[in-house]
Amino acid sequence: MTTATRRTVLATAIAAPFIAPRAGWTQAGSVKLGILQPLTGALSQDGEYGRIGAEIAIREINEAGGIRGMRIEPVFGDARSAPEGGVAEVERMQAEGVVGVVGGFASPICLAASQAASRYDLPYVVDVGVADTIVTRGLRNTFRFGPGFGVVTQTALDNLSALNDAAGKPARTVVLVHEDGLFGTGLARLMNAELPKRGFEVLETIPHPSPSRDMSNVALRIRALNPDLVIPSSYYAEFALLAQTMQQRRIRPKGIYAVLNGAASNFRFVREFPEAAQAVMDCNHWADPRKPATARVKAAVEAMGRFWLYNVALNYSAVQLMADAIGRAGRPDRAAVIEALAATGPAFTSHIMPYGPTRFVNGQNQSAAPVNTQVQGGDIKVIFPNDFADARPIFPVTG
Amino acid sequence: MRSYPPEIVAEVVLNGLLTGSVYGLVALGLTLVYGVLHIINFAHGALLTAAMFGVFVLHEVFGIDPYWALPVMAPVFFGFGYLLQRLVIGPAARGDDSNILLVTLGLSIVLENLMLAVFRSDTRSVRIPLANEMLEWGPMLIPAPRAIGFVVACIVAVLLFLFLARSSTGRAIRAVAKERTGATLVGIDVAHIYAITFGIGTACLAVAACLLLPSFYVNPRVGNAFVLVAFTIVVLGGMGSVPGALLGGLFIGVVESLSGLYLGESLGQIGIFAIFILVLLVRPTGLFGAKA
Repeated sequence: MTTATRRTVLATAIAAPFIAPRAGWTQAGSVKLGILQPLTGALSQDGEYGRIGAEIAIREINEAGGIRGMRIEPVFGDARSAPEGGVAEVERMQAEGVVGVVGGFASPICLAASQAASRYDLPYVVDVGVADTIVTRGLRNTFRFGPGFGVVTQTALDNLSALNDAAGKPARTVVLVHEDGLFGTGLARLMNAELPKRGFEVLETIPHPSPSRDMSNVALRIRALNPDLVIPSSYYAEFALLAQTMQQRRIRPKGIYAVLNGAASNFRFVREFPEAAQAVMDCNHWADPRKPATARVKAAVEAMGRFWLYNVALNYSAVQLMADAIGRAGRPDRAAVIEALAATGPAFTSHIMPYGPTRFVNGQNQSAAPVNTQVQGGDIKVIFPNDFADARPIFPVTG
Repeated sequence: MRSYPPEIVAEVVLNGLLTGSVYGLVALGLTLVYGVLHIINFAHGALLTAAMFGVFVLHEVFGIDPYWALPVMAPVFFGFGYLLQRLVIGPAARGDDSNILLVTLGLSIVLENLMLAVFRSDTRSVRIPLANEMLEWGPMLIPAPRAIGFVVACIVAVLLFLFLARSSTGRAIRAVAKERTGATLVGIDVAHIYAITFGIGTACLAVAACLLLPSFYVNPRVGNAFVLVAFTIVVLGGMGSVPGALLGGLFIGVVESLSGLYLGESLGQIGIFAIFILVLLVRPTGLFGAKA
């Protein structure tokens, strides 16, 4: 075993500032920004769309002259669909000298990666992860531009009640179907607590693993229970499979009202399963159709031959937020960027989400909220909020 | 535990049988390779995914229906499997079984990442009119793709059984499986038989891919979802047994289906793995396996 002498300790202490990675402006006149996504593994589909959103934002910022003349140099990291993968990539990004990290996608990855980043005072902007605990742990470095579970569920329930009331209360009974991870289980628990208060009876809560080989049993249980509403919270493949199976087996509830669903607000699902997708509602993240930049980003995504997903809009906006904060910080100092992020106000308008004036409290953007969409005639329409809805809801579904 | 009407339980059992037949087909390839080469093929899941992408490409590019792709996919994947064993796995293993394990593991990583690079991570489906057809049997509805899958899987298992029992190549395969040195001494080309066996195993996956795609999806990781359950079936049916793989598949399908109904889809997997452990404890050779 090697024993550290006083001399080696002293030498290391003197050399440390020169050896340790230095965040910020690089010699080439660029600033390094970590883009963390699950690019391989079970969540790779979402991760790839997140990366696309971040890339488009970085390209636009660089083409417009960068941040105070400095180009953004992305440092991509693959979380491999697991928290430990996210932590390992944050460590690598820290070693490469990034000034901040954006992304994570799934709540468990966001929780672990932002925790790892906090050890280095590395600013971290969560893109999608909705677990409320992400911003309630007292981590100064962690910010979320989008809404958390609490706000999403509240909005989903308010809009569901409004929808049901407006139609003359045709729905009373509900079956919850959810993936059995942190995201789906947390959401189901909240729904189970809140739905009865609003006059709905939860007949059964059906968890399923991801990936699932077959959703026939879930569909058969729904048929046996014969609910008015089915509320699914699942990732893309499982919901697509469930919707297809329900259609095959002629199971037609009065409405499918998804919450944060991986498929219901996804154009691939609408294109590939037009009949099964028809009239499916979702309460989810969605870009603001009124903003000119939304059409521009959407066109860029479609030019790549890809589908328009909320992951793109959220990551585009999260990178814009980080770039805005770095610009306001005025120097490549992580503490200064964290302060700038916390102080972000209504002047930040380069994002494409349908939120009000930005204001962070304990890392959470207070104006973030989801919208309600519905698949109508092969298109995804916004049905709530009313001020930018482009269609009226189809509910109850008949035929 | 909630009680369900008998017609729902009957439909769940039937659904288990239909799903289990495709599990059996996936397990057939695995058990054959194990029975002859005495190795667990870790690339089995990646090869199934590759076959599913093959079916997907034939449909998207050439407009070939997944069922009509079967006569193309099965021989192509037989050839692919044959060459893989002959040119990659065999030479790289250098006669050591533990090396074969590592080579197939490496192959699975290469194949999966190759598919990720080529096809990206998107989940894709093939839409054919038949996918939404339902056959009515009394009060029960049977999805047409599942019914076709069941019939074809049974036919493939019977044909494979007859091939192994009656043909000279089949006899050679069985000879190599039982006594490799003896088979070499009587003039059987063991390397060739190994490659044929691997080719048949891969062709089984191609057939499974053609049957799965009309009602399932494909992405670069999809095969893994089937392989874990296929391992259980191989152990249950007996390593190397063709009837064991099919019957084991049907049994596991029903167990998964019923435990999914009564315990929930998440806990439903417990049924499968409880059987896995029970078989290893009580009858390690499986239902149809010969003693080692």
